[in-house]
Parts: sequence; structure tokens; C-alpha cells
Amino acid sequence: MTGTTSTPAGPERTTLVAALNAALRAALAEDPRTLLMGEDIGRLGGVFRVTDGLQKDFGEGRVMDTPLAESGIVGTAIGLALSGYRPVVEIQFDGFVFPAYDQIVTQLAKMHARSRGKVRLPVVIRIPYGGGIGAVEHHSESPEALFAHVAGLRVMSPATPSDAYWMLREAIRSDDPVVFLEPKRRYYEKGEVDRRPAARPGPPRARVVREGTDLTLVAYGPMVATCLNAAAVAAEEGHELEVIDLRSISPIDFDAVDRSVRRTGRLVVAHEAPVFFGAGAEIAARITERCFYHLEAPVLRVGGFHTPYPPSRLEDEYLPGLDRVLDAVDRALAA
Amino acid sequence: MTGDGVRLLAPDGTRVPHPEHSIDLSPEELRSLYRDMALARRFDAEGVTLQRQGELGLWPSLLGQEAAQVGSVRALRDDDHAFPSYREHAVALGRGMDPLALLRLFRGVDHGDWDPAEHRFHLYTLVIGSQTLHATGYALGLAKDGSESAVVAYFGDGATAQGDVSEAFNFAAVYGAPVVFFCQNNQWAISESNERQTRVPLHQRARGFGFPGVRVDGNDVLACLAVTRWALERARRGEGPTLIEAFTYRMGAHTTSDDPSRYRDAAEVESWRAKDPLLRLERLLRAEGASDDAFFAATEAAGEELAARVREGVRSMAAPGVHELFDHVYAEPHALVDEERAAFDVYRAAFVQEG
Repeated sequence: MTGTTSTPAGPERTTLVAALNAALRAALAEDPRTLLMGEDIGRLGGVFRVTDGLQKDFGEGRVMDTPLAESGIVGTAIGLALSGYRPVVEIQFDGFVFPAYDQIVTQLAKMHARSRGKVRLPVVIRIPYGGGIGAVEHHSESPEALFAHVAGLRVMSPATPSDAYWMLREAIRSDDPVVFLEPKRRYYEKGEVDRRPAARPGPPRARVVREGTDLTLVAYGPMVATCLNAAAVAAEEGHELEVIDLRSISPIDFDAVDRSVRRTGRLVVAHEAPVFFGAGAEIAARITERCFYHLEAPVLRVGGFHTPYPPSRLEDEYLPGLDRVLDAVDRALAA
Repeated sequence: MTGDGVRLLAPDGTRVPHPEHSIDLSPEELRSLYRDMALARRFDAEGVTLQRQGELGLWPSLLGQEAAQVGSVRALRDDDHAFPSYREHAVALGRGMDPLALLRLFRGVDHGDWDPAEHRFHLYTLVIGSQTLHATGYALGLAKDGSESAVVAYFGDGATAQGDVSEAFNFAAVYGAPVVFFCQNNQWAISESNERQTRVPLHQRARGFGFPGVRVDGNDVLACLAVTRWALERARRGEGPTLIEAFTYRMGAHTTSDDPSRYRDAAEVESWRAKDPLLRLERLLRAEGASDDAFFAATEAAGEELAARVREGVRSMAAPGVHELFDHVYAEPHALVDEERAAFDVYRAAFVQEG
């Protein structure tokens, strides 16, 4: 898709990276106030090539290679947003966002509230996140709970190329700051993307990606594909799992989970991030409050341990894979 | 350059020639600078009083820094932008801000919710140094727009130790952003003196980032005005950022919660009292016959009038409505906030029914 902003005649099969690139290209073409900022995003096209070719086509003024300083990137993006621009910032890897965490939490998230709506900061912070790529330390983390806990931020994570395209378009369109978490181990997986305006799904809401009657399996981002595999295996054993892709982690579409759990009576939440104080804890608590008398089993969570992300030779043990998800499913079904 | 820096007006009220920076102001302009400093000082004193009376939760006094603030803000054009820290009350008044807007923050009625676009005076920033990056980004935006407006970022000596300030210097230098970094070195970051923040005079930091840094006598309103005007013109000409270190002194406590007697000598404070920014301009005005007793009496009366208006305004400020908790968290609807607002309404309604 690189190099064109024309509307395609129909759906195309493309990688998640190419879908993100197309979304950025479309946003740049559509609104001259949209800017991209980040380390190595210009001539190199980003370390994952998400911004490939964009500086060549839109210029250095709109696709800005920045100094290597994450707080500086987000802080100047806030200033650019105050002056009427719509910056889309790339943080190179999940583990490198923390120098910017102060600007994100104390400034970006709060300025709309503290100005009582007079200041809007339409800033998108794109972060490749999650593990499973055999990377070195600080390149495999899942910090979504650290952002979801902050009022004023929206947090979302696509699972498919189609969602990558449309959710990034929505994130850029939003007048709120958005932390946009990109499942880096799914970057080169392909899927169908319909970029025609009529296909626009609107703001991200949870989606039932596989219907089932026996148990609800909730995930987002890189774990959606894992959960779909788990549902396929469970089906061979006679268990029909309903798989929900949350898409948005702040807000969370609890109504969608609630509707499903009222039918299935069982819930398992899976994410790569540590289970302790993770998104799954919040979902378990809310759904237990809402659906207590519909639950046949305790809500179970599958995720990372309360340990630093391990060296890559151990990451298959740390990450919740097919077997760990199925183990939780079995325990919930047995209850 | 060390010592007091660029000086055009000595503490005794005599003019000092300077080879690079000079300024030619009419008697009316000189009187107006004095008046702004005097009103700011009176407003500030009222802030301290209102805190002591329990009307404000906190007040950071600007006493002693009137020349740095009034001189620098006077250099701004109407279309320029100021990004303050939280002690820039005289800058705020200089931009035409309603003083009560500042006091709402310190009374706890809001977090300082003025519209930055109205007076090109941005929101007070309590996280030290954060606003220097916002100012830099804003300046980049102005440059992208082809505007000739420029930006002044205000911060203190303590802020120079923050990474964000160094990052702002570097971003501004790399992109040639039209921003003036105006550091009020008031010698004390709460209880920590300059020696705990820096090993080089602060204005010298700029050289390492590739732009000029100038120290100016921060108690000399004429020098602050002249040097800031020069730096803004550089910015407008596309010559990039400038660092100004206004060498001044915080005569009062860090805030009304602070007790400076625990960390500094009265003798030091007294030595700075002799350099008072208002006194030296008063001496000049009287020596040059630009003002008489009637002017100073009228200025004092205007200060009392301002203080009375502020006092009355603070005491009659309405408490925020309870929905303010939820109303502006997001620009667009957010399901969790909506849910919590609705639940809180139900909870509160129960109390109302019980009477």
C-alpha cells in the first residue's frame, strides 16, 4: 500500500505494519495539521518500517526525525498540539516510554481536565509493545495497565491489520490523547483490510471474534490470535469458547463482556502483561460485580508473572501461550 | 560573563551604559514599568495575606522578582506567547490576565483553568520544567505556520537541573525554534542554593547546546526588557533560541508553606534588599524628574484598589459544582467516567432523600 493514498476498489490483503503505514499516510494526506514525530521515523522509516516512505512523500516538516529523548518528544508534541497540530508520536519500543511517562501522566493526560475543556491535546503515542520476538531487555514489555490507570488517556491495541488501520485512524481523529499499543509480534501477519470510507467501523468497541456458549475468553492485541487458537483446540474437545477482542483498554467495553458472560457463565482473561494489577484484575472485579449470580466459576486470569520480562530464551515460559490459556479454560470449565 | 550580568540601571538609580544592550524609553514608559511592578508587588502581598487568613491554600510569592517578570513580559508583542511556571504573577498581569484567575488555582476552586489562547498566557505548570518543552513545541508550531510570533518559557534555577529543561534546550537548538528561555535565578530552589543545582553559571549552559546565553541583572527592569526584546528579535529573525538568566532573588519564602529562616541568613536577604527593583526605578524617575510624589501616591492607591478587588473576588468565589469532578476528564465520551458519574449521582441522591 505504500506510496498511495487513493481509495482502493475493495478489500486488500496486507500486513499489520502496512495497514498502520496506510493509516498514517491517509491521516497525513487528509489533514495538514497531522504530524509524525519520533526517533528514526524519517529516512529509515522507523525500526519496524511503520513510517516507511512517509518522510519522502510528506517532507521533513511533517515526518520529523527527533533527537533521542522521549520526554522531549512527548513534551514538544504537547506544545505542537497546543498550537493546533495533531502530532502522532512513535516511541521506538515499549521499554523506552518511561522517560516520557512524566509528560504523559502529569501533562498530556490532565490538561483537558485542568483547563475544564479549554485545551484539547489530540496527541497519539504509538508504542510497539509485547514480547515473543526474541528481543533483548526492555524490548518486550506490556505497560498498558500503567496507562489505563491514568484518567485522561485512552488506551487501545489492535489485533488485526484491519483494526490496525481503522483504530489508528480513530486514534488520530480523537480529540483526546491516545496511547496506541501495537502488537509487535503480529506486525508482519497478514489480514484483509477494507480502507473504503464506508467500511469505517467508528470508535473501537469490543468485538466478538468467535461465538461460543461454554466460556468467554477475553483478550486484546497480540493475545487475540492465541485465544482464537485456544478456542479452535477447545472445540475439538467439545467446548465452545466465545472469544472477545476488547480493542480498547480505556475505556473497556464491559457491556460486551457482561452480555457474553451472562450467557456462558465463565470468564477467562488473557494478556501478556503481568496478572498482578493487570487489566484482567479490573475485568474480573467489574464482571464479578455485574454478573455475580450468572457466574458458574471464578473469573480466571492468564498472563505474565510478577517478574521482570525474562531473557528471550525464557520468554516462551513467561508469555501465556496456547497451553497456559487452555489450562485456565480447563480449570474454569471444571469449577 | 558573570557577576550581575547586563545592567542598565544601577541600584542607586543611575543609568549604566552597555556596549550591546541599550534602551530608549519615554518617561511615560518608565512610569508604566514602575506601575506594573508596584501593582504586582501589591497583588502578591495580598496573595500572602489571603493565604494567612485561610482564604487561599497556598501562595508562591514573587517578591523581589518584579523587574525580571515585568521587564521580560513587556518585551513580548501581543501575539507572542508566555509559558509560565507558577510564580509568574507579574507576567500574568502583564499579559492582561484577570488576577482572580490565578487565585482560583490557589484557593482550590480549580487547577488554573484559563484559556491560554485568550492572552497568549499558558497554564501555570507545577511540575518543574515541564513547560519548557511545551513552549518549544509551541514555538515549532508557530514556525511551521510561518508566523513571526515567538515564545518565552519561564522557569527557575531549580528547573535547570531537570532533564526536561535540557531536552527543551536541545530540541529548540536542533530545530531552531523561536523560543526564549527566561530563567529567573532567584538563588534558591526551596532550601537548595545554586551550588546544589549547577557547577557552571546557568547562562553558560546555553553554549553547550549551541545558542547564546546571557546573564542579566534580574532586578533591573530596563536590562530585563532590553535583553528579552533582543532575544525575541533573534527568534523572529529565525536565529533560534536564547537563554536569559535573570539574576535575582526570592525575597520571601518559596511558598507560604515554607520557612526560609531554616536555610538562609538574614544578612543575605538584607544585601539583596539594597538592590530592590522598585526602589532603583523610583530613584531614576525622581532623579530625571519623570515622576513626582503625586505619581507614587496614585500608584499606591491603584495598588490598594487592586488588592481590595482581589480580596473581595476571592472571598466571593463560588465552590465548584460536584460534576466538575467528571465533566472534563475527556473531550469525548468515556464509558467509565459516565458510569462513575451516574453511580455517584445515585449515591448522592440517597442522602438528599434522607434529608
